Amino acid sequence: MTEGASASSPEPQKPEVVGTSRVPLWEIFITFFAIGATSFGGGVVAYLRNSLVQKKHWLDDDGFMVALSMAQALPGLNATNMAIIVGDKLRRIPGAAVAFLGMTLPGGVFILVLGIAYVSNRDNPWITGALAGVGAASVGLLASITLQLGKKQLMHLLDLSIVVGTMVMVSFLHIPLLYVLLIVMPIAIFIFRPREEKVPAPHDQPVD
Amino acid sequence: MNDTNWSILGVFSMLSVLAIGGGTAILPEMKTLTISTHQWLTDDQFRNIYSLGQLAPGPNMLMVIVIGYHVAGFPGAFLAFFGFYAPASLIALGANRVWDRFEYSPWRMAVQRAMAPIVVGLMASGTIAVARTATTDLLTVVFAAVVFTILMVKKMNPALLILAGAVAGVILLRG
Repeated sequence: MTEGASASSPEPQKPEVVGTSRVPLWEIFITFFAIGATSFGGGVVAYLRNSLVQKKHWLDDDGFMVALSMAQALPGLNATNMAIIVGDKLRRIPGAAVAFLGMTLPGGVFILVLGIAYVSNRDNPWITGALAGVGAASVGLLASITLQLGKKQLMHLLDLSIVVGTMVMVSFLHIPLLYVLLIVMPIAIFIFRPREEKVPAPHDQPVD
Repeated sequence: MNDTNWSILGVFSMLSVLAIGGGTAILPEMKTLTISTHQWLTDDQFRNIYSLGQLAPGPNMLMVIVIGYHVAGFPGAFLAFFGFYAPASLIALGANRVWDRFEYSPWRMAVQRAMAPIVVGLMASGTIAVARTATTDLLTVVFAAVVFTILMVKKMNPALLILAGAVAGVILLRG
């Protein structure tokens, strides 16, 4: 991993944060609280962009994409990783802490209240009926998100074989996730390792 | 801290650092650990708690709070939340400090490129994991198929379809 780093000799400019002369912590908290309270149905990326780029101008479009690609590549959820990354850029660790709390507090309190109500009514047929309906609808939602997100990968043989291989190991061979990652990640990184020219774009065939 | 509390902290901390590609990617592992390994939940309870999570705003894995509460009350709720978010958040904080240095590294692009199909595969597995508990008869399969079809042909807020699922469930899946 380090050999590439030495190549980029001058400290790269950080274009991500624009116009941030000490954003107050409460403003960071309120902003993420609003996103955490209103983002329903897994569309958190759209809410984040609207708020951080368009309303607050804390990030420009490129900076947003850089932060998002990092949030996706790291373990953890995109929503909370974005809160940490952006909060840290704005006000270092205190900024990251208030952004994280703002992001998780509304939904966390909401679901705790729902959860307490559920645990004492878990055999109520109205409640189990409603939750069974939500569960079934979620399967349709998850399938559509997976398909739309994976559109590019599903069209190329090499990517597709990694997709299918990963899925078979987890869902049908029931190999623990840690081992799956330890097997698949090195193989995939080797396949897409930097070549003389450039990293193959999604539509390139591998040349061996 | 009794043994159960330590188990909750351990299970969710491990899931936290394995959650590459987001929450859906670790659903199969979470099911195995909470249903088979520790027997904290039944299949149906897992589905119900997952569904509750779909009704809450914000990050989609806040359901771990309810699993923790179900197993060990308020301390369990806190430990599940802390375990699930703290390790990944600290990694994000650390990575944010060093990531810029790799901005133009070809290896960074190679890693991102390599992760994309893995994440799609893990999301497919997450979908299968939920499907195995949530679509167990003809009616629920039809529910899922209808939602899927609508979302593939039309751009609409999925939260509305989730709510419609709840209403249809009360009418058709009660009892």
